[in-house]
Amino acid sequence: MKILLMGNPNVGKSAFFSRLTGVNVIVSNYPGTTVELKKGKMKLGKKLVEVIDVPGIYNLEPTTKAEEVALKMLKEGDLVINVVDATNLERNLYLTLQLLEKNIPVIVALNFWDETKHQGIHIDYRKLEKILKVPVVPTVAITGEGIKKLVSQLNSARPRRCKNTDKERWIKIGKIIKEVQKIKHKHHTPLEVLEELSIKPLTGLPFAIFVLFMSFFSVRFVGEYLIKYIFDPLFASYLPVVTWLSNLFGPGILRDIFIGTLINGNVDYTQSMGLLTTGLYVPIAMVLPYVFAFYLVLGILEDSGYLPRLATLVDNIMHKVGMHGLAIVPMLLGLGCNVPGALSTRILETRRQRFIASTLMAIAIPCMAQTAMVFGLLGRYGIKGLGIVYATLFVVWVVTGLILNKAIGGSTPETFMEIPPYRLPYLGSLMKKLWMRIRSFLTSAVPYVFLGVLIVNLLYFSGIITLLGNLSAPLVVKVLGLPKEAVAALLMGFLRKDVAVGMLLPLNLTMNQLIVASVVLTMYFPCIATFVVLFRELGAKDLIKSTLIMIFAAFLVGGLLNMILNL
Amino acid sequence: METSLIDLRCGIKAVIKRLEGGAVFQKKLESLNVRIGKEIKKVTKQPFNGPVVIEIDNTKVAIGREMASRIFVEEE
Repeated sequence: MKILLMGNPNVGKSAFFSRLTGVNVIVSNYPGTTVELKKGKMKLGKKLVEVIDVPGIYNLEPTTKAEEVALKMLKEGDLVINVVDATNLERNLYLTLQLLEKNIPVIVALNFWDETKHQGIHIDYRKLEKILKVPVVPTVAITGEGIKKLVSQLNSARPRRCKNTDKERWIKIGKIIKEVQKIKHKHHTPLEVLEELSIKPLTGLPFAIFVLFMSFFSVRFVGEYLIKYIFDPLFASYLPVVTWLSNLFGPGILRDIFIGTLINGNVDYTQSMGLLTTGLYVPIAMVLPYVFAFYLVLGILEDSGYLPRLATLVDNIMHKVGMHGLAIVPMLLGLGCNVPGALSTRILETRRQRFIASTLMAIAIPCMAQTAMVFGLLGRYGIKGLGIVYATLFVVWVVTGLILNKAIGGSTPETFMEIPPYRLPYLGSLMKKLWMRIRSFLTSAVPYVFLGVLIVNLLYFSGIITLLGNLSAPLVVKVLGLPKEAVAALLMGFLRKDVAVGMLLPLNLTMNQLIVASVVLTMYFPCIATFVVLFRELGAKDLIKSTLIMIFAAFLVGGLLNMILNL
Repeated sequence: METSLIDLRCGIKAVIKRLEGGAVFQKKLESLNVRIGKEIKKVTKQPFNGPVVIEIDNTKVAIGREMASRIFVEEE
């Protein structure tokens, strides 16, 4: 049996989903599309049934991919739980009526029931039940109120198969609202005052800067805390194990591959470059804490409803670089990891926008893995070193965007989106989302780091690195002002940017060289995982275009930076 | 008096009277309950040709300038 969770966006569907299902959630694409479906299992009586979280939609007209998928899912599902925002009954009922026209049992959940009371909205849900002729249950997904009752009524849901034309639906809704809903005048709550302040430009822009600043501050704080009190002690107690292994292996190929080079006779996690030393330490102790902190903060920003406000505030700027406000989402996600960033460009409607967004993200947005390493390398130079890297990347982002917007024909569609009220994030769905993201980081990043470290070691042994170093020496040494040995790091950048930055450490580069290397590493090529995703999302032709832009821009900017810094 | 959503002053309540555009345009607006006869309040207008933000029932909607210029309302 398949149960479909359907409803408008921002109706608390994911909190609902978390409540109903267990830990084992699978995210997959609907076959042949880029629309994501979350699937989980739920116990119904003695049976284990499948629950599918269908993407939020406003109606069943197949104009967007999500709506097309929703229509197809309706044919596969056995029952629909229609999650309705009780504080926005009128608009939500449109989808409800369309669902009732299909040949599938429907049960309606009036979610955010607690909010209706604060807002002076009174809904006679029993009357609504009589009119719709399907079970209607008031719920508060965050606290779990009403969920049990809803589940107990799943069996009494029957298909309605009523018929309406588009016009008739709104007329019907008008009548229903008149009968079941009464609204009393209410005063503005402090949260609503904040809602208005954060969307008006004069107060909203400072607020946005404050929110973003606090977010990055929290990421750093949480990340550093985790490293200091959890991961560094963990790896300190692991050190005797690798030292013992190192002595056991003795000098030779086994030690070189698994432990790596000894620095002053000891294992050095950041420099040894062995599978069991650097290969574990970089992804787990240096990068994972920041990835965790980043996704925690991003999850709160997403679930509180702040992002649509930010998108509206920056919409005018984003239009100048060929996208609309919502494109801020792939950019923010890209700061965590470029892979989900690239995937989220799907929320943009046109191919042109997706191309611009993907290119800008891949070229100028360093992922958290890379940021963690760049902070490690340049952190001691303070704002002088880090500031130049990030300011350069920002300029590259703006200039590339302006050029692409002019160079590519066509225009950007206008913004038309809902800005939902602020809501307290639900811990359950927040943690579930965080866990899914961490899991995908671990399963995709760690193998690539291992592979990368292994390949680097093999390339060193075979002498290929030296050969490539000599070949590209003119470009790397003359244009970028980096030593020949940095070529190995640039090659590594194809696989993992964090390990690549780590490889710069033993080279004893000057601050200026580190700045140039960091910028070039960010810009010149997306890491292999991002590359694969971009290939799927953009297709070969656009990806080649995008990659050529990146390589050209990387060496141009790297060369310029080298010249300017050494004036 | 009928004015476009752009000319309506911020903080003022009004009723949607006319939508200038074809069926696709109207259908798109309808998905967020922007329909003839609905009462709305203009919340703000972003500078440099940014979107107009209106309040409709219990939610807010951001609408690009060009679209907003084709939505006509009458003050209450």
